[in-house]
Amino acid sequence: MQEFASQVPAAPPDQKPLGRAIVVTSGKGGVGKTTTTANVGAALAAAGARVALIDADVGLRNLDLVLGLESRVRYHLLDVLEERVTLDDALVRDKRSEHLVLLAAAQAREKEDVDTERMTELVRALRERFDYVLIDSPAGIEQGFRNAAAGATEAIIVCMPEVSSVRDADRVVGLLPQTMRPQLIVNRVRPAMVRKGKMLSVEDVNAILRLPLLGVVLDEPALIVAANRGEPVSLDAGSATGSAYRDIARRIAGENVPVAEPAPEGGMFARIGAFFRGRR
Amino acid sequence: MFEFLMRLFRGEPSGQTAKERLRLVLLSDHLSLSPEIVDALKTDLLAVISRYVEVDEAGVDVTFEQREHEVAMLANIPIRSLKPRDELPKPVLATVTALPAQEPAPAAAAEMPLPKAETEAADVVDAVLEPPAVAAEAGVAAEPPAVVPEPEAQPAPAPAAALTAKQRKRRKRRAARAAAQAVHGQPDPVQQPLGTSAQA
Repeated sequence: MQEFASQVPAAPPDQKPLGRAIVVTSGKGGVGKTTTTANVGAALAAAGARVALIDADVGLRNLDLVLGLESRVRYHLLDVLEERVTLDDALVRDKRSEHLVLLAAAQAREKEDVDTERMTELVRALRERFDYVLIDSPAGIEQGFRNAAAGATEAIIVCMPEVSSVRDADRVVGLLPQTMRPQLIVNRVRPAMVRKGKMLSVEDVNAILRLPLLGVVLDEPALIVAANRGEPVSLDAGSATGSAYRDIARRIAGENVPVAEPAPEGGMFARIGAFFRGRR
Repeated sequence: MFEFLMRLFRGEPSGQTAKERLRLVLLSDHLSLSPEIVDALKTDLLAVISRYVEVDEAGVDVTFEQREHEVAMLANIPIRSLKPRDELPKPVLATVTALPAQEPAPAAAAEMPLPKAETEAADVVDAVLEPPAVAAEAGVAAEPPAVVPEPEAQPAPAPAAALTAKQRKRRKRRAARAAAQAVHGQPDPVQQPLGTSAQA
């Protein structure tokens, strides 16, 4: 810890409290951990908080890509942990927000190469400088996940309304220390399918997981377009999904923003139409 | 109303199926019996069965399987030969083995709470949190001389959480009876034949 601290400019004289370190995890892969980390991070930074994102998915680096920062990455997490470069050398500044930085994962290394203790110290050092440290966890429940969670003080569980995702989320929650008070984001919800009873509802998911609900994000094409471009959708003021991420950021910051299950309620005729159209 | 019509035409919506499947799979995830417990269960099972027939111990296979509506214990026990009639023991366990028959449950299958849509996760948690009672009941079955279950017999995870639910029901009934009898001034509940209840 001392070592990292010495690499970092001295904290402002008004001794700010340590920032919050939040691991974003899910157990299952492909449910949207990286997208969530990028968007929530960008939204927090856009609201004025100082935010550091750590891509802990060593070997499968992606957070830089989602943020559109891939061309700026020079050094990575393991360079810092193994003291080849200073923390400041490795932190990539975001194009859009001066409050947002990224520490990329090593691409040509393995998750087992990360020293858990050093990782914990690194997160702690970042907490001294940033209000939020978001850690993008790899899928799985092995070493990579444990390293990602090691330095975190809180956890966000990302879960899709789908059986395998819920089961894995349940498993992960069981592995996290209760002190992390995991909160739930239900991701890729399709209200039309939920309405037809063809998809688990947010309520269904949380009847099983029973976690504080941090937010609900719909499955929308805008997300893919945003990822194509490397621009977090949470910065798109006109996007409904972006607004869902901004709401999540506000809830994390402590604002009381109610979570509503997004189910655009069609009238009787719309529903009859849906009944005849969608028989799958 | 509309939902009802839709269901009539299409059968159960897949979301409902997903919910039900999740409930079951998480139940069995949380059951997670340790190998030692399964071994102990196997040994006890064999001891009982061997009193009646000769079994092929090497071929014994005890597993837990997720069925459509419950988690079931499957014991595959190859029988080598029957014992001579005069060596057969008296069925000491009759009273105990009769118990499950009161419920419409398949033989060794653990009957789970019905898969109602409204079944709360809390039910599952309840069932899982109460394993020692089941272990005690299993202990009774395995050791015929001990008719009274020792509560501390085997502090173990539940092999079949559903039995707990049944037990709870039975206990509740018993408690209700006792309470009713207390109200009616009948201090000795043993004199009350099982099944006839003062509060009925």
